[in-house]
Amino acid sequence: MSKVHDRGGWSDAGFIDKTEHDLAMWEKNLMAVCSACAAHFNVDEFRRAIEDIEPDTYETLSYFERWVIALETLLIQKGVLTLEEIDQKMKVFEARTNRQHLPDLAVSHRQGGHNDSQI
Amino acid sequence: MHNHDHDADAHSLIAEDPELSFYAKRAAAIEALLIEKGMVTADNIRRRIEIMDSRTPAVGAQVVAKAWVDPDFRTRLLANAKAAVAELDIEVESPNLVAVENTVGIHNVIVCTLCSCYPTVLLGASPGWYKSLEYRARVVVDARGVLREFGLELDEEVQVRVYDSTAEMRYIVIPQRPDGTEHMSEEELAALITRDSMIGVARARTPAGEMES
Amino acid sequence: MTARFKVGACIRVRRDITSGHRRTPGYIQGKTGTIAAIWGTFPNPESRAYGGDGLPEQVLYLVSFNQNHVWEQYKAPLKDKLFIDIFEHWLKPA
Repeated sequence: MSKVHDRGGWSDAGFIDKTEHDLAMWEKNLMAVCSACAAHFNVDEFRRAIEDIEPDTYETLSYFERWVIALETLLIQKGVLTLEEIDQKMKVFEARTNRQHLPDLAVSHRQGGHNDSQI
Repeated sequence: MHNHDHDADAHSLIAEDPELSFYAKRAAAIEALLIEKGMVTADNIRRRIEIMDSRTPAVGAQVVAKAWVDPDFRTRLLANAKAAVAELDIEVESPNLVAVENTVGIHNVIVCTLCSCYPTVLLGASPGWYKSLEYRARVVVDARGVLREFGLELDEEVQVRVYDSTAEMRYIVIPQRPDGTEHMSEEELAALITRDSMIGVARARTPAGEMES
Repeated sequence: MTARFKVGACIRVRRDITSGHRRTPGYIQGKTGTIAAIWGTFPNPESRAYGGDGLPEQVLYLVSFNQNHVWEQYKAPLKDKLFIDIFEHWLKPA
């Protein structure tokens, strides 16, 4: 029985989107982080973690979003990080991002940034 | 310790793009934690990205151009690609590398149906379509149809060979050298050799095509 | 480890390995093909996927298949081929 990653010959596959995309910075960082984690897990474990993503979720995620799930799953399984730590760090990021985008701050930053070139 | 600087470094990524998706933020959070715990350094991450960025299809094009002009090198490349590219100071750490050659009668095309294995050392990061579920599903069962979608119509007489790189080997296609390139230097030839021609979904450009583009 | 199959040997891909991490695509399981090359031995990715050491190493083969043997509905020229890297424990004599 084929698992969700085992795509060869799936008959419902449609047109191939050939649009070229440069990798986003976060995707490059993610690739670097994954390769830097060789001490914690090997590439076969990484593939297995991707394959184990629940099928409905697998279908909706982008290629590198699947990597994030695999990375997180393995680091937690191996005891390198905990789910709580990651959630907590996300909260810190959210708080900072929100603070930075208070309307008045955003406007003053934008104006400040343009002064040099426009005047 | 420079935890704060490193944390700020990971955070700058977030700050630059408030539209960053949940998963992108999640990745940044994991990176920041690994840095804080001293399991990886921000410098190490940067160095890895620099190495990734240095890998482009120009590396593969250099290899193919040499194979076009140097029959002995071509023979060595087909026999043991890893050893042959090492002559050009291109190091293939692992896994191994295999070169397959397009001829008048044979057209090769590469896929990885299980994940997205790709000869990154020679071609850089793989294109989105190579990783797509559609390409992975279709090229093994309907290579000619997929190639047609890429604008490559093959004669019935040509044997199409699909390589599904499921294990330790990475494949690169040596496209056919176009006619009318006999006078060209190795460097000029390299400019004709595209990423897609080394995956096998296109031919190398012709000199005329080169001038048009 | 010596290779069980020689280049040119006819093989059938097993389809009775139904659980775990499998580096042999589902679509090729049960199909017959021919050994095209012997790549040497490599740690077994199917045990490494669960944190194992991958030992004993397995012989890895390049196996060629006729497309019209793989896909019943294959309509393109009969000589078209599919090449897949397959580990020895997935193969049996055809």
